[in-house]
Amino acid sequence: MILAENLSKVFAMGENEVRALDGASFTIGGGEMVAIMGPSGSGKTTLMSIIGCLDAPTGGRYVLDGEPVESLGENELAAVRGKKIGFVFQQFNLLARTSALENVMLPQLYAGATMKERAERARKALERVGLGDRMDHNPNELSGGQQQRVAIARALVNEPSIILADEPTGALDSRTGVEIMSLFQSLHRDNGQTVILVTHDSYVARHTDRIIRLSDGRIVSDEKNPNPIKAGAPRPEEGIQ
Amino acid sequence: MLLSENFLLALRALKANTLRSALTMLGIVIGVATVVALLAIGNGATASITSDIEGIGSNLITVMPGRQTISMHNSTQTQTSYLYFSDYETLSKRVVSNVSGISPAFSSSYKIKYGSESFQVSVTGVTEDYFPVRSYDIETGRGITESDNDARSRVAVLGAQTAGDLFGNLNPLGKDISVNGVKFQVVGVLQAKGSSGFDNPDDVVLIPLETGYAKLFGSAALKDGKQTLSVILLSADTSEAVDSVIGQSEYLLRREHDIAPDEESDFNISSQADFLSAINTVTQTLTIFLGAIAAISLLVGGIGIMNIMLVSVTERTKEIGLRKAVGASKDQILLQFLIETMTLSVLGGLIGILFGVSIAWGFTILGLITSIVSIGNILMAFTFALAIGLFFGIYPAYRAASLHPMEALRYE
Repeated sequence: MILAENLSKVFAMGENEVRALDGASFTIGGGEMVAIMGPSGSGKTTLMSIIGCLDAPTGGRYVLDGEPVESLGENELAAVRGKKIGFVFQQFNLLARTSALENVMLPQLYAGATMKERAERARKALERVGLGDRMDHNPNELSGGQQQRVAIARALVNEPSIILADEPTGALDSRTGVEIMSLFQSLHRDNGQTVILVTHDSYVARHTDRIIRLSDGRIVSDEKNPNPIKAGAPRPEEGIQ
Repeated sequence: MLLSENFLLALRALKANTLRSALTMLGIVIGVATVVALLAIGNGATASITSDIEGIGSNLITVMPGRQTISMHNSTQTQTSYLYFSDYETLSKRVVSNVSGISPAFSSSYKIKYGSESFQVSVTGVTEDYFPVRSYDIETGRGITESDNDARSRVAVLGAQTAGDLFGNLNPLGKDISVNGVKFQVVGVLQAKGSSGFDNPDDVVLIPLETGYAKLFGSAALKDGKQTLSVILLSADTSEAVDSVIGQSEYLLRREHDIAPDEESDFNISSQADFLSAINTVTQTLTIFLGAIAAISLLVGGIGIMNIMLVSVTERTKEIGLRKAVGASKDQILLQFLIETMTLSVLGGLIGILFGVSIAWGFTILGLITSIVSIGNILMAFTFALAIGLFFGIYPAYRAASLHPMEALRYE
C-alpha cells in the first residue's frame, strides 16, 4: 500500500533548479496493477526511484505499508528496498557469469537469510516463473525472455509488497513481451501481487487496471482501465504454472 | 552477510578477470618477496659477520696506538702516537686479575718467497700467548714458543691460506721461506678460521717478536731507540671481566704515558663487543635501508591495486546499482570492495612470501650467503601487505559505496 502526498523532487543543475517531480499525489492499494505512463522527461523515472526507495523526495510525504519513508537515511532505505520492493529492469541487469539460481539468491544475501533458505526460496521463485529447468544456466545461455523471467524471479524472491517494473518489455521482441506481460498479469491475478509498470508504451500500459499519466513532473490523469488487454497465453513448451 | 561470503564473492570477482587480477597482484608479490628476501639476506649477512668476529675471540681486548695532539705556538697538529714494548711489560706485570692472556705484536707487510712463488703478506711478530688470545689452533707442527723468542730463532708459522698459496700440496714443515730476504724455517701451519671480511686471519706469517726486532723489522719498529708495537691483545677470562680489564689497562697506560687527567689518551682500547655493536649498527642500517627500498616497491604495488580497483568500480557501476536496488546498504558495498582489494593484496602477500623465502633459500643453496628467514620478518611483510590492501582499498570501495543507486543502474 502506497500513499504519496504532494511528492516533489528538485535537482540543482548548476545555478538552475530542475523540478523533475512537482507535487504528485496518489495512493496505490495492495494487489493493484498500475501503469505509470509518460513521455521521456515527464518525471516517471524520478517517480519510480522514489516509489522504489532508490531516492528520497525533496518534498512531500511517502508512506509505504504504513511506514513513512521520505526522511529515511541511505542505509535504512536500502533495508526497505530489500524487504518491500522487487525491481525488474528493461535490461534485466543480471550478474554475468552467475547462474540463474545465484542471481535469484542475490537479494536474500543482503536480507540475511541462511544459505539453505536462500537456495530453497530461489528455486521456488524460478519454478514460479517457469524456469525450473534452467536454474544452472548463466545469463548468456538464456534467451532475452528467459533472462527477464530470471529477473522477475529475483524480484519475487523476498516476497516484496510491490513489484516495480521499468519498461520490462522494452528490450524484448513483441511475442516475448506478451509472455512477460502475461506473467505479470498472472502474478497479479493469482497471487494478489501489487505490480507497478513504468512505461512510455500505451499498449503495454493497457494491460493494467489503472493508468497514471505524468507530464512535466505532474500527474495529468489517473484513470481506471476497465478492460485490460489480456496477454496471449504462453507457448506450451515454456509453460507457466 | 558473513565475512566468509564476502571473501567468496571477492574470489569470484577476481576470478572473473584472472589475468588482470594476477597482474595487479604481481606488484604486491614482487614487493613482499623483495622485503622478505632482502631482510633474510641482510640478517644472514649480519649473523655471519657477527659469528666471524666472535670467532676471533669474544673476550678479546685490543690496545692500539692512537693520535696525539701537539700544541705548537699557535697551531695544533695531530700525529700518530706509539705503543712501546715497555707498555706491554707494564700491562703484563700489573694487570693481573681477570686476564687469561696478553700478547704484544708488531705487524708489517713483506714480500715472502718460496721457490718461484712470492707474495706480499702481513708478517706479525708475536709471543707464545698470541695463539690462545687470538684463538688460533695449530693444524700441523707447532706454534711460536718462549724459547723461540729467547733464542731469536728464525722460525715461522703460516696461516692456512698462506701455506696453501706458497706450497700447494707440499708439506711446508721444515721448509725455508724467505721473508724480505731473511730466511725463516716453517715450523707450523694454523687451522683455517675463515675470512671475516675485514682482515683475513688465514693469510698471515707469524714469527717470534724478538726475532723480528733483531732481524726483520729494523728501524720500522723503533721510535727514539725504543721498540714499538702495532697492537697489544688482552684476553679477559670472562665476558663480564672485559670492562674491568679495559679500565685497569687504560689507567696503567695513561700513567705510563704521563697523560694529564684532562688530556685524551694517545692510545685506543676497544673490545670485540664494541666492534660487534659498531658492525651491527652498520649492518642493521643497511638492512633497514634495503627493506625501505623494498617497501617502496610495495607502495607502488599498492597504487597499482588502487588503480585497478577504481577501473573495476567504474566497470561494475551497473552491478553496484543492482546490488543496491536489491537491498545492499552502503556499508555492505563498501565491505565487498574493501574485501576484494584485501583479498588481492593478501593473496599477493602470501605468494610474495613464498617467492621471498625461495629466493633466500636460493642464496643459501648457492652458497652466497646463509640467509636467515625469521617469522617476525614474514609477519611484518604480511602485515604490510594487509595494510596496503586496506589503505589503497578504502578509496575505491568508498567510491563504489557512494554511487547513487538509480544513476548507477542507468550507467552505460
